[in-house]
Amino acid sequence: MMRKLPPKDVVIVGLGWTGSIVAYELAEAGLDVTAIERGPWRDTATDYAPNFAQDELRYRIRHELFLRPDQTTFTFRNKMSGTALPIRTWGAFMPPNGVGGGGVHWNGETWRFLPSDFVLKTHLTQRYGAHFLPDDMTIQDWGVTFEELEPHYDRFEYLCGTSGTAGNLQGKIQPGGNPFEGPRSRAYPNPAQQQPFSHTLFAKAAADLGYHPFPQPSGNMSRAYRNPLGVRLGPCTYCGFCEWFGCANYSKASPQTTILPVLVRKPNFQARDNCEVTRINTDSTGKRATGVTFVDTAGIEWEQPADLVILAAYTIFNVQLLLLSGIGAPYDPVANRGVIGRNFTHQTISDVTSFFDRTRFAFNPFIASGSIGMCIDEFNGDNFDHGPHGFVGGGYMGQVQTNGRPIETTPVPPGTPRWGAQWKQAVRDNYQSALKPGTGVHGSMYSYRDVYLDLDPTYRDRFNRPLVRITMDFHENELKQNVFLTDKFADIFRAMGAQQVVKEYRKGPYDITKYQTTHLCGGAIMGNDPGTSALNRYLQSWDVPNLFVMGASAFPQNAGYNPTGTVAALAYWSLDAIRNRYLKSPGPLQHA
Amino acid sequence: MAGGEGAKGEVISGHLPWHPAETTAPQPVKPGPWLFFSPAEVAAMGAIADRIIPPDPQTPGGRDAGCVVFVDRQLSGAYGRREGLYVSGPFENGTKEQGPQSPQNPRDLYRSGLSALDRYCLAGSRPVAARKAFAELTAEEQDDVLHALESGTAQLEGLDGKTFFEQLLKDIQQGFFADPIYGGNHEMCAWKMIGFPGARYDYTEWVGKHNQRYPYPPVSIAGRPAWNIRPD
Amino acid sequence: MRDMGSSAVRAAAVLAALVAVSSCKLSVAEQPPTAQDFDEIERGRYLTAVADCTACHTDPADTRPFAGGRPVQTPFGTVLAANITPDEQTGIGSWTPEQFDAAVRGGRRPDGKRLYPAMPFLYYAKMSRSDVAAIRAYLLTLAPVHKHVDTNQLPFPFNIRWGMRLWDALYFKPGSFEADPSKPEAWNRGAYLVQGPGHCAACHTPKTWLGADRKDRSLQGYSLQGWFAPDITNDPGRGLGNWSSADLVAYLKTGHNRFSGASGPMAEEVVHSSSRMTDSDLSAIATYLESKPGGTAVSDKPLSTASAVMTAGAAIYEDLCSACHRRDGSGVPYLIPDLSHSASVESREATSMLHVVLEGAQTAATADEPTGPAMPAFGWQLDDAQVAAVTTYLRNSWGHAAPATTAGEVHKARENLEAAQP
Repeated sequence: MMRKLPPKDVVIVGLGWTGSIVAYELAEAGLDVTAIERGPWRDTATDYAPNFAQDELRYRIRHELFLRPDQTTFTFRNKMSGTALPIRTWGAFMPPNGVGGGGVHWNGETWRFLPSDFVLKTHLTQRYGAHFLPDDMTIQDWGVTFEELEPHYDRFEYLCGTSGTAGNLQGKIQPGGNPFEGPRSRAYPNPAQQQPFSHTLFAKAAADLGYHPFPQPSGNMSRAYRNPLGVRLGPCTYCGFCEWFGCANYSKASPQTTILPVLVRKPNFQARDNCEVTRINTDSTGKRATGVTFVDTAGIEWEQPADLVILAAYTIFNVQLLLLSGIGAPYDPVANRGVIGRNFTHQTISDVTSFFDRTRFAFNPFIASGSIGMCIDEFNGDNFDHGPHGFVGGGYMGQVQTNGRPIETTPVPPGTPRWGAQWKQAVRDNYQSALKPGTGVHGSMYSYRDVYLDLDPTYRDRFNRPLVRITMDFHENELKQNVFLTDKFADIFRAMGAQQVVKEYRKGPYDITKYQTTHLCGGAIMGNDPGTSALNRYLQSWDVPNLFVMGASAFPQNAGYNPTGTVAALAYWSLDAIRNRYLKSPGPLQHA
Repeated sequence: MAGGEGAKGEVISGHLPWHPAETTAPQPVKPGPWLFFSPAEVAAMGAIADRIIPPDPQTPGGRDAGCVVFVDRQLSGAYGRREGLYVSGPFENGTKEQGPQSPQNPRDLYRSGLSALDRYCLAGSRPVAARKAFAELTAEEQDDVLHALESGTAQLEGLDGKTFFEQLLKDIQQGFFADPIYGGNHEMCAWKMIGFPGARYDYTEWVGKHNQRYPYPPVSIAGRPAWNIRPD
Repeated sequence: MRDMGSSAVRAAAVLAALVAVSSCKLSVAEQPPTAQDFDEIERGRYLTAVADCTACHTDPADTRPFAGGRPVQTPFGTVLAANITPDEQTGIGSWTPEQFDAAVRGGRRPDGKRLYPAMPFLYYAKMSRSDVAAIRAYLLTLAPVHKHVDTNQLPFPFNIRWGMRLWDALYFKPGSFEADPSKPEAWNRGAYLVQGPGHCAACHTPKTWLGADRKDRSLQGYSLQGWFAPDITNDPGRGLGNWSSADLVAYLKTGHNRFSGASGPMAEEVVHSSSRMTDSDLSAIATYLESKPGGTAVSDKPLSTASAVMTAGAAIYEDLCSACHRRDGSGVPYLIPDLSHSASVESREATSMLHVVLEGAQTAATADEPTGPAMPAFGWQLDDAQVAAVTTYLRNSWGHAAPATTAGEVHKARENLEAAQP
């Protein structure tokens, strides 16, 4: 029998980036807010202190800050004709768990999407014609424009103290920044981080080749900073234990270092940790959410009634809860109907490893932050003419090597045995003079009819609920894009003076064991048409007006950038509509 | 106000949770008796570790670096039992892209793998004619056996030799490079070999020093010799 | 005086309070406070915060304010703070104004028994009658809580209250604060606040073996509850001599300044008390403290950097501390303490330093400075000799000079901290 808690104005599912942003804004608006987080509370001095955070085995290899697959996981298959099997240990992506969500362990890479990314279908069709796009590509316009999101990007960047060099200030291109970016209203709150040797060398080679390199916008502080909420951060010390790890000295933007200290002080805010929401409850019409059901650490089910439900549980978990709660029509790829689960995407990543003369180069690869790197954007989005190339999309590329942690990063030239005396010697000889950016080519993945999420027919979680089933494979378009980008990327390393440049194209089939960022997107996408989207342009559910769904699940397709900046901008954009329109007059904010 | 209203799980309200001495510090490995491996397994593992990472005049091999201790402690803990992983059935063989689907955990794999390896060597099948346990073969013979496992030409009884080899390779090399608190990388020998400074956290003064090799010795979570007062 | 509604009477009451003359108050009849008493109640609310009554009289485990029951550690054992809500049977509801004044400023209960000086009546004695009456007026507006508290939990022979008569005879000097006409108003106000309701000496002045203030070493630091409340005189090394007035005001108001963050019992003090005080009162406190001389100048020379213990300490500092506190100890203003400007680092006793290194500490979070950064615990990682080496290094670097910490001291500190854990 389920016990019922006293009602709240707002219940938020998940206390990661968007959960924290929404909780703060709605508590500021005077509402009674409760947030329910599946994982534990985490904080700097107790969970990732500077005397034990630097532990590659524990955090990178054994995944300690992440979701445990036995708590929940997904099943995976490449094609609809296959049988999905469980992801028994993480590989291709690393779902977060705990207060702070992905914000605890992220790199801090804080990008804005391009203006054309938000009107992608219209833009590409106008430029190249509808026939240029593959038949089964299901890209859509977002329903919101870059101009509408600009003040919200700005808001997130100032919340975080993002360190960067502006490229386009109110239409004027700035030297040293990204000349392709959409116009920003003002400069970054902090100057760009310092760049170590190899990153600087890459920029020089790129500039010599005629590109416009710029520092990657970073959520790691280039100097001490006090954000608009009054919360303070310290300067990043380039420790090389950033992504996968918590920041030990308050210098990486996370909910913990930017919002939670002021949020917890609000008497009208409360959070529960180690409680997993299992269902969003609706009334008998199915058109109104009445709150959520969650399970506490004793295994007991509770009902938390609320007038407004915010789903902020991360892409796949958002979709899972919608499916399990019967909200929105599940996507059927065969009939090409339904919306929950469609347009699921990831990222198209590849790498170039290069080897330099060890008598002339010492890179100190361990000196880096998570968002270090000099990048070029010439080959992102539609920044170049795709006509001759026969594919669409692109990505930024850069020497973004964030670490020299030895379990993962001991590059040896191709042909070196994987073990034995020669291997040992090659590791010793190349560690200081080889480069391995990791996600050096960071390409888009557009959406396709047969790449989607639904519920698995066989495998279940600890509550006996079906796991989410991922059906995903690369399409020709992305693989072609990747060859093109990787070749360009390799040219720059050659120009840097590498003796040997090894290209690692992304090849199909999509492999669940190889890490390729945790930028999972889509499944509950936004748009102007309830026939092809789950949410309207304010992230409000078309089906249940008192339910808003935050996160990259809203992306109709993924662009060639890390998603966090856009995820946060959309949250602020949606909050603007909630605070100024919805709360005054609850109901649908957009009609089809 | 804090107050669970009955539901279990911490309720956070009013201030950031904190308690004195609260920490999630790691558990360093303690020297002592083997927790998982039998003496015969220790011998085999030592020999394997010294082939994966042979000793040389500058840097110890896998055995002296403590890789076997590392694997022993890992197998006796959560890793060995696959704690936290999804181990519900049904277990089906899938494609390579679908990742590991074995019902076996690393403990089982090592137990059956090391015993099958010795039986294989004692049977005197190709590529090695000598009928000896793995640890008693010559280094060259051991390399031949390992190559055969790696390529899949050696058939072990009851398990896939290639899978077992990949497990050995991964665990031994990880133990070599992990923080010494886990039992391997003895005295940070692997880090000294490559010039990785270990658990250091502040490179502010070095970011701008381009093309100058960082000169300072590595430090582990357990410290380094300089932390201790040398007797005058 | 029934006609408390008259604004003239109210003005007279306020005037009376300002000149610390008690004539009007003696004849106040026992009426429940009315809206017209607002000024006095608000004044009482402010003074209750200055006197930090809640620090002892509100038990964190019981959310009802001022209902008592919180254990207060003394060198002689534990007492429980009394219930000071206006409950008739278990609180102060039935006390007359004179009885309340006698308790707060005289250390005497209505039944004639003496209060233990865990209740800092020695200091509150310096308060004016009207200030104490305002506090009473505020307390009477609280929700009465029916909760019986058996305050005397001391072991024999300390639990015999009669002994307090002797102690009071030795150490208690009744009588309000008297302003020094040669000093400016701000100094006198600061002296009143520090000596009276602020009762800073209760923690910051060393004590005799019987637990009374050592007046010859006023505010020069004292070890209690596992912490060393530092020297807050103008001594540049061991005290606050190298803080400006603005630094001290910021610290008291927000819990942080460019050098330091309040942690431990002082964090509580900031949150409940000084963060609620006016800027002018905090400035007055700074003015007064700036005039308080330190002890005889200590002629310690810093230990040689070449010595074995300093070399080991420097290595530990570099590897474990510098990522936050920076290589030169300067920290990050308002976030990570500047060890070169810290009174706790060079203090006479290393208690606070050892406490923080072994167990970590969380700093105060206030509305102005909400971050509340915390220091992690190192006790699990460093052995006694290593903790001694790094604390010795800190106490002899960047302008500091102090005797080396010993491994034995660290061992003792560990034991005390473990014993204090619930």
